[in-house]
Amino acid sequence: MSSLQFDIAHLLAGSLVLASFMMLYQDRLYALLNVYALHAGVLALSVGWQAYVQQAPHLYITALIALVFKAIIIPVALHRIIKRLGIHREIENVIGIGLTMMAGIGLVALSMVVMLRVTPGADALAREDLAFALSVVLLGLLIMVTRRNAVSQVVGFMSLENGLVLAATGAKGMPLVVEISVAFSVLIAFIVIGIFLFRIRERFDSVDVQALDRFRGERR
Amino acid sequence: MIAVALWSVAALLALAPAGIVLSTRPRGSIILYGGCLIVTSTLCVTALSGLLYPPQPAPSAILPIGLPWLGAHFRLDALSAFFLVVVNLGGVAASLFALGYGRHEDSPGRVLPFYPAYLAAMNVVVLANDAFSFLVAWEFMSLTSWAMVVSHHRDPENVRAGYVYILMAGFGTLALLLAFGLLASEAGYDFDAIRASHPSAALTGTVVILVLLGAGSKAGLVPLHAWLPLAHPAAPSHVSALMSGVMTKVAVYGFVRIVFDLVPEPVWWWSMVVLLVGGPTATLGVLYALMQRDIKRVLAYSTIENIGIIFTGLGLALAFKAEGLDWVAALAFTAAMLHVFNHALFKSLLFFGAGAVLGATGERDMEKLGGLIHRMPKTAFAMLVGCVAISALPPFNGFVSEWLTFQAILLSPQLPSWGLKLVIPAVGGLLALAAAFAAACFVKLYGISFLGRPRSDVAASAHETDGFSLTAMFALAAFCLISGILPGLFIDALAPVSKDMVGNIMPHQVGLQWLTIVPIAESRSSYNGLLVFLFAALCGTAAATAIHRLASDRLRRAPAWDCGYPEADPAIQYSASSFSQPIRRVFGSVIFGAREIGEMPPPSSALPARLKVELHDLIWEGLYAPIAKAIGFATDRINILQFFSIRRYLTLVFVALVVLLLVVAL
Repeated sequence: MSSLQFDIAHLLAGSLVLASFMMLYQDRLYALLNVYALHAGVLALSVGWQAYVQQAPHLYITALIALVFKAIIIPVALHRIIKRLGIHREIENVIGIGLTMMAGIGLVALSMVVMLRVTPGADALAREDLAFALSVVLLGLLIMVTRRNAVSQVVGFMSLENGLVLAATGAKGMPLVVEISVAFSVLIAFIVIGIFLFRIRERFDSVDVQALDRFRGERR
Repeated sequence: MIAVALWSVAALLALAPAGIVLSTRPRGSIILYGGCLIVTSTLCVTALSGLLYPPQPAPSAILPIGLPWLGAHFRLDALSAFFLVVVNLGGVAASLFALGYGRHEDSPGRVLPFYPAYLAAMNVVVLANDAFSFLVAWEFMSLTSWAMVVSHHRDPENVRAGYVYILMAGFGTLALLLAFGLLASEAGYDFDAIRASHPSAALTGTVVILVLLGAGSKAGLVPLHAWLPLAHPAAPSHVSALMSGVMTKVAVYGFVRIVFDLVPEPVWWWSMVVLLVGGPTATLGVLYALMQRDIKRVLAYSTIENIGIIFTGLGLALAFKAEGLDWVAALAFTAAMLHVFNHALFKSLLFFGAGAVLGATGERDMEKLGGLIHRMPKTAFAMLVGCVAISALPPFNGFVSEWLTFQAILLSPQLPSWGLKLVIPAVGGLLALAAAFAAACFVKLYGISFLGRPRSDVAASAHETDGFSLTAMFALAAFCLISGILPGLFIDALAPVSKDMVGNIMPHQVGLQWLTIVPIAESRSSYNGLLVFLFAALCGTAAATAIHRLASDRLRRAPAWDCGYPEADPAIQYSASSFSQPIRRVFGSVIFGAREIGEMPPPSSALPARLKVELHDLIWEGLYAPIAKAIGFATDRINILQFFSIRRYLTLVFVALVVLLLVVAL
């Protein structure tokens, strides 16, 4: 692999982490969805670049899936859901933006350290790629943890899945079956959680998950 | 030989599902117990032939069940054969007793399927020659007996007994599992491989402690005995007899198999631990027994005492073997094994008697019995034999084995180690104390329940029990006498076991003059059960004749306890509590935290004065209750986890992930 190819792969994976950081501080639902679409788009680019570099045509399908489903269909669908639910108001961050960003930086540093320590024998691209993928997964989890709104939790979960796809495509010789299953798992999660949203809405007139907590008699 | 044994076990296992069908039929219990009787008799004869004519090498078999790379190994050496005899003799007696007793079972479906499975499990434990089969059979034995303990589940006491039992059984199996795990780390699970391995001293020491915990909790060593007096009385009486008389022996087998056979040469401190547990177990067990009013609980606590005696014998054998005096070790080991056999006999007999009393009166409380010798004369006679035997009075068998144990104790000055030299006489003192208390305990049990006058209507209207039960009791009573007057036969039969386990045997006994037994040398000590028996019989007959001839031979019935006291209420008699009061006054305040509170009403009041006695089980309150409290406290705290919000669960997952990654990174 030439230096240029490596640098571009590195750039795209890094952009994915950057997109994750952007998602971290979006406090409006539409904006969050837009950044998520960007996130999925960057993922599609990155996977496409991997397909070109590794000369693995089946990865183009994965890239296409990422582009069509994750960058277009899901954000559009979520836009419609938000419109139908009428909840395009502000997201409450549970902890402040500054603190969240600091935590995110810490997580990225952590995943770098872990990966450098665990994979000294692997080739450089795989190491970097895995480190970025782990960062994206951790940031996705952080998004889920710091949000209260069910929609933004779904978005966090899907950005976490993007990290998984990035990891899967970075390794050479991963069969297509895995990517399709990953993509399908996201779709299924989307459908399940989508239905779940409507259910909450039906019952409690709100998609704030605190309603569920109140229903269970949670003491805060 | 082993094929016969394994097929018999298979037959017992096949009887278990048949029990489900048979429990709905009117004569089902007779068919099932009859089947068990036939199969256990076969097993008993097979094992006896294996013990008397041990084939060389010991027959073994490997069946393709269990772990795929291991299979199930079985072996019938002298030790297994001896314990098979004990298990199946108990099984034969219990099945015979149950032919009569089991007909009155109100919910046979809760007992019949488990009974043959339980017998099969105990047989497999004794036959197993690999750790996996051993543990599976051990746990199966616990579970089937647990099912029978909770068979009368309407009584909350029984449910509690079952709960405590299953917890302690789990603890015991866990300890054994760890012990085998340590042993298997060197050699694998096959016993033959473990025997051939050479584990380190630290490892074997840990194994011995774990086995003492695991087998000891099943056998009822203090302080792991808490479940035993709850669970044994809760089961139907023939099952109680099996649990007390036989299952505790299977636990002893587990201990002997691992400590004497599987691990290499003993170290002296093992024996110190065993002795320091065994002696107090004997004394405390019988002291607890003395304080009870429930017949079956008395018997259960007395089992603890006898287990203490057996473990003391085993501890002595370990001590002498470790110091190289293997001829004394053979004496102590044979004494312990003989006591295993004897205790299985008389404890089964006594539980059958208690079952017969329970069947006739519906009462287990001694304070509501009395005068049964007139209503149930045959049962009373069999019980008398059992009580004399367990009190270790000659000419019955209990005396022989305890006497042999004391002979070994008297040889302790020959040991070079000072620690043992000091500890063994102290343990001997505890054992002597226990023997005296046991006599007092069974005088109380027999005197209060069978003598005097009935203390309740049910006791007054009791009736003799059925023929099968009586046959079982009299057969066991006869065995008690035979084993008491011909102990030489039994000692010689145990020689191959002792040869395998401690490497030496006691002197040959059969053929000595007048059937005397001489454990060491004629000049030191000898005992002749036959002579004692003849002497006692002659003296008794002579005295009875003299009294009847010289005095009046007319049977007179006069008011009892009529020493100038006109009111003839049965409550005036000695009661169970009043009988044990002197011992309670001496030992109770320390060991039971006993307090007597006298309530005197003021002079003008018409209220009766009362004497209340408070007893505390200090081991329960000091050891078990705090553990239960700590677990309850911890679970209450952890219970919060059940009621988190989704986001908090996510946070937990997230934090756990980050912490794990940090561990990897640093």
